Amino acid sequence: MSILVVAEHRDGDLRDVSFELLTAGVELASTLGDELHVAIINGDVDRFAAELNSEGVSAIHTIDHGDEFNHDVYCQIVSALCDRIDPSYVITPNSVNGLDYVPAVAQGLDLPLITNVVDVEHDGRLRATREMYGGKVETSVGTEAETALLMLRPGEWPTTHEPGDATVVSHEIEVDRDAVRSTVTGFDAVAADGIDISEAEFIVSIGRGIEDEDNLKLIEHLVDMTGGTLAASRPIVDNDWLPAHRQVGQSGKTVTPTVYLAIGISGAVQHVAGMKDSDIIVAINNDSNAPILDIADYAIVDDLFDVVPELIRECGGEPPGV
Amino acid sequence: MKILVAVKEVAELAEQFDISGITIGEEYFQYDLNEWDSYAIEEAVQLNEAGLADEVVIATIGPERSEETIRTALAKGADRAVRVWDEALDDIEVLDLHGKVELLAAVVEHEEPDIVLTGVQAGDDQFGATGVALAERLEFGWAAVVNDLEVDSSGETISVRRELEGGIEELANVDVPAVLTIQTGINDPRYASLRSIRQAQRKEITTLSLEELGMNSSVVESPLELLGMAEPETEGTATYFEGEPEESASALASLLEGAGVVEI
Ligand SMILES: Cc1cc2nc3c(=O)[nH]c(=O)nc-3n(C[C@H](O)[C@H](O)[C@H](O)COP(=O)(O)OP(=O)(O)OC[C@H]3O[C@@H](n4cnc5c(N)ncnc54)[C@H](O)[C@@H]3O)c2cc1C
Ligand SMILES: Nc1ncnc2c1ncn2[C@@H]1O[C@H](COP(=O)(O)O)[C@@H](O)[C@H]1O
Repeated sequence: MSILVVAEHRDGDLRDVSFELLTAGVELASTLGDELHVAIINGDVDRFAAELNSEGVSAIHTIDHGDEFNHDVYCQIVSALCDRIDPSYVITPNSVNGLDYVPAVAQGLDLPLITNVVDVEHDGRLRATREMYGGKVETSVGTEAETALLMLRPGEWPTTHEPGDATVVSHEIEVDRDAVRSTVTGFDAVAADGIDISEAEFIVSIGRGIEDEDNLKLIEHLVDMTGGTLAASRPIVDNDWLPAHRQVGQSGKTVTPTVYLAIGISGAVQHVAGMKDSDIIVAINNDSNAPILDIADYAIVDDLFDVVPELIRECGGEPPGV
Repeated sequence: MKILVAVKEVAELAEQFDISGITIGEEYFQYDLNEWDSYAIEEAVQLNEAGLADEVVIATIGPERSEETIRTALAKGADRAVRVWDEALDDIEVLDLHGKVELLAAVVEHEEPDIVLTGVQAGDDQFGATGVALAERLEFGWAAVVNDLEVDSSGETISVRRELEGGIEELANVDVPAVLTIQTGINDPRYASLRSIRQAQRKEITTLSLEELGMNSSVVESPLELLGMAEPETEGTATYFEGEPEESASALASLLEGAGVVEI
């Protein structure tokens, strides 16, 4: 049997997650004594194949059906490839595009699917670790099935690889155009008017703990007093309390300030993806179990409505009445 | 045009809780409408109000308790609801994707909606797969992680924006009938007013068992097993500033000053 990794690319580049999947694939293949195969679909497949050709990979399958991602095409090709090379486990990214095609492959092939996986082991049966309840609980999910699809969460595996000597196989796979029910018509970047939070040295970031739009003036006051840059987690932007370019995280900006002060932010993985490389992470949160505390360097477990006014005073200001 | 919204009542875990074996006591949970689904409901209701849809039906797989959540969804403007439950589902630890999809597909085949909306993910088990798998099962068009949509005048395609990573959006056209998985922020979900909550009491919730759907319990047999549950080991190395707010804030201010980001 073999393990199949399906790589991901966008706009002419392989995405980091592709190399993380390779690491996970190499590990699992060596545990099982299986071969590791890699599939790369669309785009500059030969260049991508060369980049993915690393130690531990036996074969790289290239399939060229256009430049970019289309979920119908991906779904059909991955399904056809599974029929052809009959892998045991198929390793795919838990990315936004992964979410757009992998569940359909699982459904079409009637295979078990485990999403959002952060660790994989095999001790006679496959065991995947995944989180629940906003990261407060970790579960181990097993399957006796000999074939299954896994979607691995980006950022969980390292990416170092030595060059390899895999064979590259180009496949002709017919796509059933009648079953293609979507067309990608273009791309757009979220407008980044004015301030670029990714340049900031000191970020004061606010989350759902602020509860109400009116309470934001407390945080704005802190920002004024400290000369920090205001940022936020997604719910604040979803509520239109702050513009999209202030959002930190997977679908927003990646920031690496000297200090990232997270106030009332739980530390969901999609948020952490955008700020984990900050030099110093400070969290103010009243829940001693909040996941943000696991990555914080300094923390205050207390009510932000008590701490922030005091912090404003410490910085020589007078907090607004909230 | 008819819209079906798949809605899940999600479990929210208390700040402090105990895990025994692979379960967490009922007392540590509160139940609520899935955050993502509240945006899906609002989107459907807005299409209805714009005259593009004429009926919004909620579909849920959930025990009797979930009717409270369904009432909230109805109060937000949906017309009626279908709730699927069965004794066979009571003891299932992980309701597998394929089982869930079969149940929802049965409801869709009965209701024949043009558009099915789901959330991107359920906040509790963060699976993120139901909508797309359902679309494949039904041979509908689909799009995942949609943060904007427009139904074209012919009603045959929907133009969507899919929110990719890093502030990039993909624009795509999807054939109707379609399943779209809705991302938070697509709209501004309304609160249910007291009046609408009262009115929602009169809206219809149909309950269906597996048998009534023409199925037996084998449909929800799962290839997945829950083997363990734990609080994540913290690799946490945080220094905690303790004491009264004055004290902790003072320590934090010194830290900020020491790091050179604040001048006091
Ligand atoms: C595809 C996808 C992409 C996403 N992209 C992003 C992204 O780019 N950025 C992002 O941020 N999220 C993103 N999310 C959402 C993410 O999963 C979380 O829902 C979100 O980050 C939660 O924001 P939060 O921490 O502010 O809110 P919550 O998780 O609700 O946390 C609020 C926190 O505030 C604390 N709190 C409450 N009251 C107080 C108080 N008085 N004092 C102190 N603390 C208090 C609570 O203990 C809690 O920890 C994405 C999700 C998906 C599915
Ligand atoms: N038990 C359920 N009943 C109805 N809809 C559900 C159920 N579980 C999931 N869904 C739908 O599928 C979406 C994604 O859930 P999941 O794939 O479980 O993360 C949710 O936002 C709902 O729209």
